[in-house]
Amino acid sequence: MTTATDTLDHHDDDHHDHKMTGIKRWLYTTNHKDIGTLYLWFSFIMLLTGGAMAMVIRAELFQPGLQIVEPDFFNQMTTVHGLIMVFGAIMPAFTGLANWMLPMMIGAPDMALPRLNNWSFWILPFAFSILLASLFMESGGPNFGWTFYAPLSTTYSNGSTAFFVFAVHIMGISSIMGAINIVVTIMNLRAPGMTYMKMPLFVWTFFITAYLLIAVMPVLAGTVTMVLTDTYFGTSFFNAAGGGDPVMFQHIFWFFGHPEVYIMILPAFGIVSTIIPAFARKQLFGYSSMVYATSSIAFLSFIVWAHHMFTTGMPLAGELFFMYCTMLIAVPTGVKVFNWVATMWQGSMTFETPMLFSVAFVILFTIGGFSGLMLAMTPVDFQYHDTYFVVAHFHYVLVTGSLFSIYAGAYYWLPKWTGHMYSEKLGKWHFWCSIISVNLLFFPMHFLGLAGMPRRIPDYALQFADFNKWVSIGGFAFGLSQLIFLVLVIKCIKGGEKAPAKPWDGAEGLEWEVPSPAPYHTFSTPPEIK
Amino acid sequence: MDKDNAKPVDEQVKKGVTKLVVTVFAMFAFGFALVPLYDVFCDITGLNGKTATTAATVNADGIDTSRIIKVQFISRTAQGAAWQFTPEMNSIEVHPGEMKFVKFYAKNESGRDGVAQAVPSVSPGLAASYFQKIECFCFNQQPLKSTEDVWMPLQFYVDIDLPEEINELTLSYTLYDITDSAKS
Repeated sequence: MTTATDTLDHHDDDHHDHKMTGIKRWLYTTNHKDIGTLYLWFSFIMLLTGGAMAMVIRAELFQPGLQIVEPDFFNQMTTVHGLIMVFGAIMPAFTGLANWMLPMMIGAPDMALPRLNNWSFWILPFAFSILLASLFMESGGPNFGWTFYAPLSTTYSNGSTAFFVFAVHIMGISSIMGAINIVVTIMNLRAPGMTYMKMPLFVWTFFITAYLLIAVMPVLAGTVTMVLTDTYFGTSFFNAAGGGDPVMFQHIFWFFGHPEVYIMILPAFGIVSTIIPAFARKQLFGYSSMVYATSSIAFLSFIVWAHHMFTTGMPLAGELFFMYCTMLIAVPTGVKVFNWVATMWQGSMTFETPMLFSVAFVILFTIGGFSGLMLAMTPVDFQYHDTYFVVAHFHYVLVTGSLFSIYAGAYYWLPKWTGHMYSEKLGKWHFWCSIISVNLLFFPMHFLGLAGMPRRIPDYALQFADFNKWVSIGGFAFGLSQLIFLVLVIKCIKGGEKAPAKPWDGAEGLEWEVPSPAPYHTFSTPPEIK
Repeated sequence: MDKDNAKPVDEQVKKGVTKLVVTVFAMFAFGFALVPLYDVFCDITGLNGKTATTAATVNADGIDTSRIIKVQFISRTAQGAAWQFTPEMNSIEVHPGEMKFVKFYAKNESGRDGVAQAVPSVSPGLAASYFQKIECFCFNQQPLKSTEDVWMPLQFYVDIDLPEEINELTLSYTLYDITDSAKS
């Protein structure tokens, strides 16, 4: 490490802020901050795109009967909404945060593989162009749900399967490249003296998430490849007529799919664990237990996949195994929630927007966790399966969980990125509009699900009409509230109060030692960690 | 990172990347390895209700006349298979170990010469490995000319070791029209 340290110094000034102009700067950039910015903007555009599709869904469900879209188009909307939000909004947003913050947090000059970094971003727009373009084709876009269960995506495909498969392949390659980059960066570029147990928890969660990605994204690639050959090349992986098994599809898919849900929540844990101590002005309670809890969640995520398939006719032993393993995850998760609350306990808390989103995260994610526990119980899952209860559950963990943590992180680091303080007033408006509308949107879904309203259906029985009306109103309000954030970010980039190097007095970490906005190159000389 | 200046770090990075890329390919292969693994796993545990695809040998363990097992027959045609397909009876009662012979009727009504394949499944799944077929039309593809019909044989016995709690099992056949794939 010392050799690297010495030799890095001297080339410091020969490309100081040497960037190309116009579009080329962004196309050819290998700078982790530029790429982070690209990822974050891309994911926000995707959030609005996927959000627009959710608006179509909620408009159709505003009242019973079919009024706005055809059922087939409704199915395409639910499918593409899911795919875009998972692979286009949440995951790239986390990768963007990782790109921006990881090198600064560990005192590295950049990511370890800057050229790869450029590639892993710039193939993403192509993936989503393919996916979105399929919506405008004669056959229509994918309509088999984001889980693309065989035989819906094979035997009964509407012709969009190939586009879907290639889009997922490209997204997967992008994620894998990003994950490899994160792992080698953390392993090799930490500032001297920063041992693993001295890394900020944010870094830890991305480290573990990157390993999850490397382990399961290739399995997803394999699954979509099998779907592709089943659909177009006459193989029978999932086709019973040729000796295959459609239930096996679900096993292979959820072997990827369950770790995937932790890929979308572990980084959120890291963000919240960074922000809560800063605004409670206390150190994070139980740092090492947080690290171990994150690792155990990651491990357990590999042995619970069949809890998505309780109704496929598993033997009792299998149901019990997956039920207990799933419930076991509540233990490390409980440790985390306890630690967050203990960090806030008797702290001198202030409630700036990042803290508001983080506190909301802790409460609402826990609600999502509880409904997850209910779903984990095999006997009751038979009632909840494929109802709006499931929809309510995963939107609580993904919207008020992952998305809220991303917002919290964005507010927290916006001064560092732009050099300006954001408008606290607009931020509070964004928060309060979001928190009210998001609960109006998702909370009644629990009751709809318990009463038996199935998911992914464009129509419903009359008794669900009132609740659905409120849910839709909540949906439209939540969608509109996100535009406040867009305005706030643009205003913050254009100007505003000048941000000091460390705008939050309780904040800790190397990223606050560089000026705001962070210069194009930071830590060309690694800092010394004591 | 400046390439030629930071050799040791670069080499470590290279090593790390190589390991991770190998992991990626290994996991891709593992995805496909799950296919045979799943079959083996189900074979051992009898999880998915799949019966053996080859003929069993004749029963040599005697007959347990103290138990009566009801075997139900279900037949259906997959979407796109314009064939008639029915068992000669809806259910039959057997003693474990006792050999039975049942016929299934199939008629090609698709208006063209074709080939069909029946795929069996036993419910409850755990009973599948105790359902022994000496002879079954599902072992072979069944070609039929247009409007031709056939009585197809099934000869089976229920294993004497069938768990106590199972008194009733259902044998379900799905008939697939595989004319196109059989040709190629």
